[in-house]
Amino acid sequence: MTLLIDLLAATLRNATPLVYGTVGETYAERGGVLNLGIEGTMYAGAFVGFAAALATGSPLLGLVAAVGVGLLSGAVMALLTVTFGANQHVSGIGLTIGLIGASEFANRLIFRGGELQRIEPMPLINPLPDVGPVSAVFSQYGLTWVAFLLVVPLAWWVLQRSSFGLEIRAVGENPEAADAAGVSVPRTRYLALMIGGALMAVGGAFFTLALLGSFTLDIIAGRGWVCIALVIFGRWRIGRGVVGALLFSLIYSLQFRLQILPGFGDLPFELLLALPYLVVIGALALSGRNVAYPGAYLKPYRRS
Amino acid sequence: MAGVPGSAPALELRGITKRFGDLVANRSVDFDVVGGEVHALLGENGAGKTTVMRIAYGLTHPDAGSVLVEGHEVAIRSPRDAIAAGIGMVTQHFSLVGPMSVAENLALGRASGLRLDLDAARRRAVHAAERFGIRVDPDARVADLSVGEQQRVEILKALARDCRILILDEPTAVLVPAEIEALFATLRSLLEEGLSVVFISHKLGEVRAISNRVSVLRQGQMIGTVAGSTDERELARMMVGRPMLGVERSAGAPAPSEAEPVLRIRDLRVDGAHGRPSVEDVSLGVRGGEILGVAGVSGNGQTELMAVLSGMRRPVAGTVSVGDLDLTGADPRQMTAARVGRIPEDRHASLIPDLSVAYNLVMERLDDFRHSGRIDERAIRAHADELIARFDIRASPDDRVAALSGGNIQKVLLARVLSRDPRVLVVSQPTRGLDVGATEYVRSQLLARRADGAAVLLVSEDLDELLALADRLIVLYEGRIVGEMSAQEADREQLGMLMAGRGRNP
Ligand SMILES: Nc1ncnc2c1ncn2[C@@H]1O[C@H](COP(=O)(O)OP(=O)(O)OP(=O)(O)O)[C@@H](O)[C@H]1O
Ligand SMILES: [Mg+2]
Repeated sequence: MTLLIDLLAATLRNATPLVYGTVGETYAERGGVLNLGIEGTMYAGAFVGFAAALATGSPLLGLVAAVGVGLLSGAVMALLTVTFGANQHVSGIGLTIGLIGASEFANRLIFRGGELQRIEPMPLINPLPDVGPVSAVFSQYGLTWVAFLLVVPLAWWVLQRSSFGLEIRAVGENPEAADAAGVSVPRTRYLALMIGGALMAVGGAFFTLALLGSFTLDIIAGRGWVCIALVIFGRWRIGRGVVGALLFSLIYSLQFRLQILPGFGDLPFELLLALPYLVVIGALALSGRNVAYPGAYLKPYRRS
Repeated sequence: MAGVPGSAPALELRGITKRFGDLVANRSVDFDVVGGEVHALLGENGAGKTTVMRIAYGLTHPDAGSVLVEGHEVAIRSPRDAIAAGIGMVTQHFSLVGPMSVAENLALGRASGLRLDLDAARRRAVHAAERFGIRVDPDARVADLSVGEQQRVEILKALARDCRILILDEPTAVLVPAEIEALFATLRSLLEEGLSVVFISHKLGEVRAISNRVSVLRQGQMIGTVAGSTDERELARMMVGRPMLGVERSAGAPAPSEAEPVLRIRDLRVDGAHGRPSVEDVSLGVRGGEILGVAGVSGNGQTELMAVLSGMRRPVAGTVSVGDLDLTGADPRQMTAARVGRIPEDRHASLIPDLSVAYNLVMERLDDFRHSGRIDERAIRAHADELIARFDIRASPDDRVAALSGGNIQKVLLARVLSRDPRVLVVSQPTRGLDVGATEYVRSQLLARRADGAAVLLVSEDLDELLALADRLIVLYEGRIVGEMSAQEADREQLGMLMAGRGRNP
């Protein structure tokens, strides 16, 4: 029983960065731009958030700094792919390499590879402390609550129900039509990429500001790529993407707990570690057929 | 019903010039339209009609010239500026977002910020239905609508923005006769409200039916403006710079013998979406030296029939044979080997737009140009030069197909197919979107094949084309043959009834 409660709590916790990343990437892709800069943006968000929090002593200011770097990263991606019409794959991978490189360089410069620096991480918040043993499930970081209670419903509402969301979807489906209807394609894509970038960076900052309280190399460890897969798994729907993130996180959290269980101990732990990724690959292979990509996916738009 | 004399035109274009690289698409073009009038813009493919009006709507930026609305010069940098100035445009290839609903398309671009008022969009749709008879379901997904309905959504979109000048770029190209009538009725009621309409077309009959004035563009230059009642010969002469002759199956041609059909289809059945068959119980035969016309509103099984005959789709039941050869479920290669020439409806999908004309011309027979694994570039070029001359393609062998005009793209396809001397020719919408010159050429080539003894199956939505070319006609409705007649005894009205599904058995 405690194992199950512990597992549920871990699932929500570990899903948090994936939710931010997946929602952010969904915004970029619904606008017609595949942002492979996500891995680097999460990395930079983690580092800059941590550095700012350490310098100011305030995790909240760290979060603000992470949002700033995410907006900037989205704007750079937009500059490359929207303004210059560059290839989206190359721009995104380049952005990721650049941001990871810059973060590691700055890390060396500032901390000189000395002993691990720590900050006081954001506290856990439990709004339901008195509901018996289950209450442990609700002991979560503020960023987790914000993700599930604020960001997801709001992002969904904006995308599906607001005029701005309609413009993002139109620009990603048929930019010519959006242009002819008087929507500025570049402006809309810039905004979608910047909002997306900010969310990704917050997802990265979750590791340093909340979960770990410190910055280590390779801290994102491919979670940005997982988000790319989750967007496809969710067929560019925010709700389905979040379900995917929870599913991945559930298996991820489960395998850690299986490793210590008798009977499973004999299995090579690498196999268990690979389990969530194998499940994602399997789910993609099954659900990835006949998916309707956004109509203008990967296509730059230019007026003649 | 032209505007008050002396008052400024609703829209005026002055000295519009636009170059694409070396090509001058518009050369100092002047054009105006006054309130309550339809001013047609006539011209061949590539004359520059679309370009000049895209400039008026802000979709293309001119190199020189100015746009005046109600006599005042306006700076039009984007469609947003044009919409603000009261200009609306229904583009040649519709600008709708397919996966979205009609209401969402109507709401798009109306307000910036967060508030999205779909109810207002629905109300506008209902209101327009009452006032102009434009009926569409606001909650339908655009991709599920027929082209005629999509066009109504486009017009509605422009009207919902309170446009006073409506530009229609070849609005009838995708419509069937009944839909064209409905469009014209809508336009007439809009004119009474004082709207001005720019009507781009290269169909002379329609231009005469609806226009107060007609302006003719030729190779980017304005040739002149005449009254809408000017006779067709004169308009055609202005358009192409020479008098036109109609191409028709000569009345004296020998009636096809009672010989065995070359192309034979028996009890064909093809599955469509939602488990319903899209072609059912279709049996037909086409003899050598005969053109069999397939009439019908698009979406009644023509596409699937063509797909089977092109080797792109397997039938569920039935057989296809050419001579003694069974070609049921054959792939494109086998079709080519059996000398079945195919000119499908979507010509862009049959060519590789990014490759050169020369390569596209040898695409189906690369083996003939390969020696021990190496491509013989010289032979490919020589072959291209020969076909370009023979089929009067206005392009050089190295041009990318994507850069050619519609008429020349069709000629490339025609050259590729006809140069193989096909025994059977299956053709769909061969002249859709082509100007009179190119249309005449394509039709004469089909008739030449017929004279050489080929069996020709011609799918077309253009009744004039079918009546001019075919020896026999069949009508497809909901995947079945609902009528068959010889071209002599065919009459338009009866064909129209059959096409609309109001045939013999109600
Ligand atoms: N974006 C572009 N880039 C290069 N050339 C172009 C572009 N748009 C149009 N052209 C060329 O400009 C010329 C005029 O084209 P336009 O589309 O205005 O012709 P049109 O009169 O509308 O013909 P159609 O009847 O085929 O629609 C053509 O030769 C076309 O190939
Ligand atoms: Mg045009």
